[in-house]
Amino acid sequence: MKTNAIRWSAVVLAGSVLTSGSALAQEDEFIIVQSTTSTEASGLYEHLLPMFQEESGLEVRVVAVGTGQAINNAENCDGDVLLVHAREQEEAFVESGYGVSREPLMYNDFVIVGPPADPAGVAGSSDVVDAMTKIAESQAPFASRGDDSGTHSKELQLWEEAGIDVAGTDGGWYRETGSGMGETLNTGVGMGAYVLTDRATWINYGNKGDYEIAVEGDEAMFNPYGIILVSSDHCENVKTEAGQQFIDWMLSDEGQQAIADYKIDGQQLFFPDADESDS
Amino acid sequence: MLDRTSQIAAVTPVCGRALQITRAGRVLLDVSDIEFGERSVTAIVGPNGAGKSMLIKTLCGLMRPDRGNVTWNGRPPARSDYRRLGMLLQHPVLLRRSALANVAYALKCAGHDRSRAERLALAALEHAGLSHIAATSARRLSGGEKQRLAMARAMAMRPEILFLDEPTASLDPASTLRIEEMIDKAREEGTSIVLVTHDMAQARRLADTVMLMHRGGIVEHAPTQRFFDAPATDEARAFAAGEILI
Amino acid sequence: MHSFAEAFGQAFALIVNFDADLREIVFLSLQVSLTAVLVAAIIGLPFGALLAVSRFPGRGALVVGITALMGLPPVVVGLVVYLLLSNAGVLGPLQLLYTPTAMIIAQALLITPIIAALARQTIEDLNDEYDQQMTLFGLNAIQRLVTLLWEGRFSLMTALLAGFGRAIAEVGAVIVVGGNINHVTRVMTTTIALETAKGNLALALGLGIILVAIAVTVNAMVFALRGTAERAAYA
Repeated sequence: MKTNAIRWSAVVLAGSVLTSGSALAQEDEFIIVQSTTSTEASGLYEHLLPMFQEESGLEVRVVAVGTGQAINNAENCDGDVLLVHAREQEEAFVESGYGVSREPLMYNDFVIVGPPADPAGVAGSSDVVDAMTKIAESQAPFASRGDDSGTHSKELQLWEEAGIDVAGTDGGWYRETGSGMGETLNTGVGMGAYVLTDRATWINYGNKGDYEIAVEGDEAMFNPYGIILVSSDHCENVKTEAGQQFIDWMLSDEGQQAIADYKIDGQQLFFPDADESDS
Repeated sequence: MLDRTSQIAAVTPVCGRALQITRAGRVLLDVSDIEFGERSVTAIVGPNGAGKSMLIKTLCGLMRPDRGNVTWNGRPPARSDYRRLGMLLQHPVLLRRSALANVAYALKCAGHDRSRAERLALAALEHAGLSHIAATSARRLSGGEKQRLAMARAMAMRPEILFLDEPTASLDPASTLRIEEMIDKAREEGTSIVLVTHDMAQARRLADTVMLMHRGGIVEHAPTQRFFDAPATDEARAFAAGEILI
Repeated sequence: MHSFAEAFGQAFALIVNFDADLREIVFLSLQVSLTAVLVAAIIGLPFGALLAVSRFPGRGALVVGITALMGLPPVVVGLVVYLLLSNAGVLGPLQLLYTPTAMIIAQALLITPIIAALARQTIEDLNDEYDQQMTLFGLNAIQRLVTLLWEGRFSLMTALLAGFGRAIAEVGAVIVVGGNINHVTRVMTTTIALETAKGNLALALGLGIILVAIAVTVNAMVFALRGTAERAAYA
């Protein structure tokens, strides 16, 4: 009886390992895209990927994490394509030999959202540095990603331009959540804080409460997304051909049109950027 | 070999030499020379703490003596010999299975294949008058049934020698009687029996010889009749008369 | 606050529809966590039993260590497994990162100490009771372990359920090593995390209610099985 129990467990184990094994040893070829969260949370991939998959037969597996972590994962060779929004870090990634080249893919913009009471008096402003200075001066709560993401580095850059040293704050008005965009919005809405967010995430975000966009339209809030093929010189296992096929499609007229077509409630979330190849 | 009507051929002699167990400076067992092997029933009596259980556990290889040695058939105890030597613990452990499976398990441990073990187990239960509870979970039996099941399990292997540690303690008279009947049967089959008991009447009823232990040692070992009628030592005289030994 | 009412409504709608996507996610969650429990049981039960019956120098420290590891933070386990399975890590060539297998490994690591520690306690108590009887059965060391594990099966089942509960509920480890890839490594908890990030709190909570319902179902099935086994008691 005891031996039967052991035999049984062995059979079940073998069975489940085999089945789980078969799940990953799929026939179809796939690539892994290390991506920023905003593209995933905004629902863009669910719009784009089925089109690409149908056309190419290639499966795209998206790992959506903060830009910092995405770059880090790609440096560890755990992805074939990198799709993020932190220009300087992307260029550094390519210069260090991890990536083949950075191609501009699309853009949208950042906005600052805030409570209707508007304690810092910034609503309607289109001067982001001025608005952030006011927020700091009025000590109105501000929720920061604090997670080394693309949005976070953008935010730090803006604080620097405003001449405000947020690193020296102690959690009074400036609060680092250390989490993703959506989580930070949840926290910010919960505590009545201003939050810097990309527009795409904001439009698709379902827990807005009575929050509204307070600051928008400043050129400094430009948010470009780049797409990079991970270099096979650095990572032997990179699926260069398949990765390049995906990038080519994304940059093609068809892919760019598909990006432009993605709308929520009639609002376009991302704007094609491939033609302005120089930016 | 396991035909119920046949007699057990020979009894493995179980010997202890110069056995001593000491705990915290106190000598709990001190027996210079002991041997069980004849086809007979020996009752070991004596007050609590006299070392009765300790003696038979040591002889059965369940306790290691600090000094001296135990031999079975002239050799140190070996695992495979447990099919020839049985013991009913004072608190026997019944497995969380049916009564039948409990007996069958012991038989399988002794090397019988599954179907033979189950057949023999069924026969053993029948022999013990327990057929009706064969499929009942052993842990749900009454105290008396549990003890009879444990006894049936110990007897199923038809051991050459069987040690019983207070097999009827805390049983009612009816259950006691059933256990004694089983002891009788085992004796008839040729099993040598060593029985630890506090029940003097039981010792008189069942035993061929009686051994009195006191303070870790054997005080007197005599045929039952002589032990009760003409004890050689003061301790035995006092104990047989129902006085308290300290 | 009508979030709760909304959440129950969402949960109800999800269950009524039970569409292919949800089915896939529920199935993967169960597949990953149940396999992890199986792996952890195959390692943890014998290990706990061995620890229970053996005596060697440093055993006490090992018992304390294993027991303390019951509190392993999932995200730490996830990071360790990520670093091992990453293409930059020693096990990179196995190509297991971002697969269900990686999630199974992480969860198995997470719950093996739980199962081993609880098994150790159960078996140690049982061994005190069974030791002499097993000697009389003439069992060798391995037969003893097997007997103890089988005799302790009802208590050990609870240990396995504790492991399962922890595995099916954790998100920190699977999101790091699985990557929450749609249709590949997306399970209940990572879906809940994603829907929370999208601000779809009612949907997230609805999924949470389904997760709890799954855990209750699995537990109920195990207890029903146990009840049948105990009634039959002939194993």
